Parts: sequence; structure tokens; C-alpha cells
Amino acid sequence: MAYQHRKILFDPILDNNPIILQVLGICSALAVTSKLSTTITMCIALTVVTALSNAAISVVRNHIPSSIRIIVQMTIISSLVIVADQFIKAYAFTISKELSVFVGLIITNCIVMGRAEAYAMKHPPLPSLLDGLGNGLGYSALLLVIGTIRELLGSGSLFGYPILLLERDGGWYVPNGLLLLPPSAFFLIGMIIWVVRSWKPAQVEEPEYRIHHAPRPEVAS
Amino acid sequence: MIDLINLFIKAVFVENLALTFFLGMCTFLAVSKQIGTALGLGIAVVVVQSLTIPINNLIYQFLIRDGALAWTGLSGMNLSFLGLITYISVIAAVVQVLEMFLDRHVPSLYNSLGIFLPLITVNCAILGGCLFMVERDYTFSESVTYGVGSGVGWALAIVAMAGVREKLKYSDIPDGLQGLGVAFITAGLMALGFMAFSGIQL
Repeated sequence: MAYQHRKILFDPILDNNPIILQVLGICSALAVTSKLSTTITMCIALTVVTALSNAAISVVRNHIPSSIRIIVQMTIISSLVIVADQFIKAYAFTISKELSVFVGLIITNCIVMGRAEAYAMKHPPLPSLLDGLGNGLGYSALLLVIGTIRELLGSGSLFGYPILLLERDGGWYVPNGLLLLPPSAFFLIGMIIWVVRSWKPAQVEEPEYRIHHAPRPEVAS
Repeated sequence: MIDLINLFIKAVFVENLALTFFLGMCTFLAVSKQIGTALGLGIAVVVVQSLTIPINNLIYQFLIRDGALAWTGLSGMNLSFLGLITYISVIAAVVQVLEMFLDRHVPSLYNSLGIFLPLITVNCAILGGCLFMVERDYTFSESVTYGVGSGVGWALAIVAMAGVREKLKYSDIPDGLQGLGVAFITAGLMALGFMAFSGIQL
């Protein structure tokens, strides 16, 4: 079977984005995006873990008994996450404090488990690696957009460097505090879903209930 | 005693796992279309949460924290890097045992909860609760309270969300927002509402 590597790698970024279409991995998308530096650390960690776990699971896929496959996948993923966690603690300690429990939560991030179960269990290592990488990048793309909007409009800076001069420092920009609060991430993701689906109408969901336009009753005047 | 009651209220409302820390969001959005199923999942989360957090607390206090192995004579051991893999294995094991126990002894409950139990292993609310318990260094009685409280809080949030979404399906929504889009915005509004609790000092 021939694999179109480019398609496997780039499809999840827009056409089949893990967050906005597959509804996977939302928890961390909301909690870590208030600053760009934490967002980027999280994106790199998740992309590396997804790619490597997909490759590793795909290598042993023919030797895993199906009744215990979840446990096996979980063990591989959590070993990789422990490595990522120790690495971040060693080289970026302040960021690891800000991320608090969310690096550990990559284990239960549905993107990692979902791709392992849906793709790596059925395909050879190289396409699995690319699929993991692609889904990690799709997740990163959305997180970076949200992180940029939240940090730029919420505190007027990017990576901690001031971009918009704040009013309290003699500038003109009054920061929008709502964007630093967690609920704003929900609204931003909702808006992004709206924009992407207006652009690509094939992704629109069928409504469960349609409003029918009843003919107006004739009223004798 | 009063400390434990405060911790319980804090875990349910002020630090609601679903709406202030956004844990378990995938299931929160996927399984909140009907009140009945949401309630079933909520109860399953309460049960698993109030079992796994105390068990992991005991493991943390007596086996993996820095210097915890002093009772075996190995005083210099620090196994805390094994934390993540231990907690997730305990969660997977508890879910499996609970499933077998319910199947054997309470078949009626098993039939109503059955499909949700495997889902819970990968619910970040459970692992998140364990990690918060470790980060805040709870004692055993605190961890029991926190386990029950955070489970109840998550169940409350998903049932409320399902109630809103049941009504929402009759509303006229722009095409692009249909389904997932409007679910996100609803959850955002609910999270804003729950922020009203954040000023409460207990």
C-alpha cells in the first residue's frame, strides 16, 4: 500500500484538525494558552510525545494482545511523558511551574490516545510517525493562534515583550482583562470553529432539529 | 472538621475541575447531549474519583515521595519521577476492578454505567485530580474529601451543561456554529458564571 506522506503530514492541520473537527485534546488547549511561552512549550512537548508514541506503538502493534492494548498504549505514552516532564523541569523550570499539572496530563490527552488507537494500531511505523507529527502540528497551529490573540490583546505583549504600549505605562492600549481569564479560550475556539466552517462548509454539522417555516394562516381582514 | 467541609465546598464550586481547570473537557463536550447519560457518567466519575485519589494518596505518601521509603531502610530514595506512570496504572486498575465488581454484584448499575466506565480511564479529570492532590500535598482525610468533592463538582457541571444543550437544539443557530461551536460558547458562558465563586475565601 502506497502512502502519500505529504498528505498524512499536512491533512490534520486544516482539513482534519484534531481540536476543531475531531474534538480531541481540548483540556490543555484552554488552560495553557494565556501566555505564548507556556503555549509553545506545551505544543512542542505534545507534538514530540504524539509522534514518538505513534511510532513506538506501531512498531509493536502486531505483538499487542487486543484485550490489554489500552494498558500497553498507556504505559508507552506515560513513559514518554515522564521523559518530557523531566526534560522541561531540567531546562525550563519556571515554565514547568506555570504549566503545573498540564504536562502530566498529556498522558490523558485524547489526541495521543486517539491517534494511537485509530492510526498507529493499523499502519506501519513511518506513516504513523508522520500522522502523529501532523496531528501534533494541527494542535499546535490552533494553540498558537489562541495564545497569540490572548497574550497580545490581554496583556499587550508577546513572549513577555511589550508590543502594544499599555495605558498605565503612558501608551494608548487598554488591555482586555477578559482574555487572560480562562473562559475567553472557549469563546475564541468557538469563533475559530465558526470561521473555519464558514470557509469549508463540508465540515458543518447537521442540525438535530430543523425549524420549519409554516405557511402563515390566512386571516380575514 | 470545619477544614474538611471548607475543602469540600472549595472542590465543588470554587475550584470546579470542569469549569475552572477545564479537565475532562473531551468527555464533557461529547457526552453532554442528554441529561440521562450525563448523569450516568457524572455518577461514574464521582465513584472512580473518590476511590482513586485516596489510593494514590497512600501510594504517594508511603512509596514514592522523597524519603518515603525510610521505613524499609532506604532513606535516600526519591521515586517521585515514577509518579505519572503509577497514578495512571492505579486509575486503569481501579476502573477495571470496579467494572468486574459491578458486573458480578450489581448488574443493574453495571448496565446503566457500563459503557461509561472504560471512558473514564482516559478522562483527564481523574488524573488531574490525582496530580493536584500530589501538588498540594493533601493528607489522607483531605484527599478523601477532595476526591468526593471534585467528582461531585464535575458531575454537577456536566449535568448542568446537558440541561442547557437539551434546550439549545431547538434554537436557530448559524450554520458554522452548529453543534460543536455553540457548545464551546455555552461552556464559556457557564465558566464565566462559575468565576463568580472565585472570590470566595474559605
